[in-house]
Amino acid sequence: MSAFVQDYVIPGAIIIGQSLLLMVTLLIFVAYVLYADRKVWAAVQMRRGPNVVGPWGLLQSFADLLKFVFKEPIIPAGANKGIFLLAPLVTVTLALSAWVVVPFDAGWVIADINVGILYLFAISSLMVYGIIMAGWASNSKYPFLSALRSAAQMVSYEVSIGFVIVTVLLAVGSLNLSDIVLAQQTGLGTMAGLPASLIDWHWLSLLPMFVIFFISALAETNRPPFDLVEAESELVAGFMVEYGSTQYMMFMLGEYVAIVLMCALTTILFLGGWLPPLDVAPFTWIPGVVWFVIKVSFVFFMFALVKAFVPRYRYDQLMRLGWKVFLPISLFMVAATAAFLQITGLA
Amino acid sequence: MILSSLFFYLFSAVAIGAAVMVVGSRNPVHSVLFLILAFFNAAGLFVLLGAEFLAMILVVVYVGAVAVLFLFVVMMLDVDFTELREGFLDYLPIGGMIGVILLVELLAVLAGWVFAPEVAATLPEPTPAIETTSNTAAIGAVLYTRYIYFFQVAGLILLVAMIGAIVLTLRHKANVKRQSIADQVARTPATAIEVRDVESGQGI
Repeated sequence: MSAFVQDYVIPGAIIIGQSLLLMVTLLIFVAYVLYADRKVWAAVQMRRGPNVVGPWGLLQSFADLLKFVFKEPIIPAGANKGIFLLAPLVTVTLALSAWVVVPFDAGWVIADINVGILYLFAISSLMVYGIIMAGWASNSKYPFLSALRSAAQMVSYEVSIGFVIVTVLLAVGSLNLSDIVLAQQTGLGTMAGLPASLIDWHWLSLLPMFVIFFISALAETNRPPFDLVEAESELVAGFMVEYGSTQYMMFMLGEYVAIVLMCALTTILFLGGWLPPLDVAPFTWIPGVVWFVIKVSFVFFMFALVKAFVPRYRYDQLMRLGWKVFLPISLFMVAATAAFLQITGLA
Repeated sequence: MILSSLFFYLFSAVAIGAAVMVVGSRNPVHSVLFLILAFFNAAGLFVLLGAEFLAMILVVVYVGAVAVLFLFVVMMLDVDFTELREGFLDYLPIGGMIGVILLVELLAVLAGWVFAPEVAATLPEPTPAIETTSNTAAIGAVLYTRYIYFFQVAGLILLVAMIGAIVLTLRHKANVKRQSIADQVARTPATAIEVRDVESGQGI
């Protein structure tokens, strides 16, 4: 019996505790990410943004949460009830479950699995189901059109994301996310004899892939300028037309958790994860998790700026960009990186 | 070990239940969703076997891409299942016979399954210990060396299928206007606009 407690109960309790801690932290972070998104957008348009609830509007997201939760959920008469209610759950569960493999610092990860990056890729390719199910179950024109659009869009951009990941894997030689970060301790800078710094990270050595990944991440998470899924001028609110109250909030939550996940993935693959930008005294005193959060916030800031600056793409141009521009470039880069590593013997 | 056998039964039971529902449910979209559930549980079984790479590839390829297309087609086609069920009893004898033959064949294969006595000696690539290599590296090591020709042939078959699909669907119509991004980007004010001096009250 004591062996059972030792082997199963204690590790199980630790895992549940870690997961709860991660989830609460993540949800609070997402609340402020939403606030930051609106503030950045407002600043670009020379507005004030949310500034009423709490000091500087800091409690705005929580006020929105309460508003959504206390509204009445409405299910349309023609909707397929089970799937209609399942769709937001799928979205939010998938988005949250991806975080188990994300390393925040050396060893700070709930599941340090060998195929971490493949797991994240699998989860992000599943995110499309929430949208398709919502679009179909609503039994209404706009959501259905939006679901079809999003399925095509997400499948297209996954291809180039896949090739970008393959390039990084070629450079690292492991699918473990912690290994990918640790591999960035050495790179272009250390080869030239400089101390470990931010020029060792993959963003410089794989610069074209960094750009492609960033843009594909925008398309994959349906962020503007690729938010054709919910293009309000054509499709009202897209797949969310028939949703209200808590279900709508769950879609928004899932979407933002997925966006932060993509920011974290960019940080891990290209911006050195928890590594400090310079490996010298004042920077190394700051714990790795702080660097990680700073980098994720920076990438999100860029996401928010893109949303504010760039007008929406037309649908055929979006498809052209995915299939005729990104796919050939990323495919060529995979071959070129592999050849380079083979010839120079760095692999 | 208790936990993994518990999960084995959980995954197997849900996979079989979902597979039954794929055939049994009235709504074709529900069928596809149950198929996805079955795929997921199969991936879970792979993880229990220690084949985490195969599990992830199963999810990425089958659930992330193939099932999306299934769902797409089923949603667009709007299949009427009551119509399909009308001739059910007519086809039952033939269908049932094929099913029974397949089942007997499967059982015969499974019952007669033995390892050849010399198999251990002739194994070209012995399975590396799980502590020394991850199974991603192990699959890569045999796939790209010993089985490289099979791998290439599989790739060629897919290439032919892809070219076939493109040839079947690609049509160049003569009277359709197409957008040329290069032309648009290359336009300058000199080629695109013309400044005319219009006298007041005259028009062009």
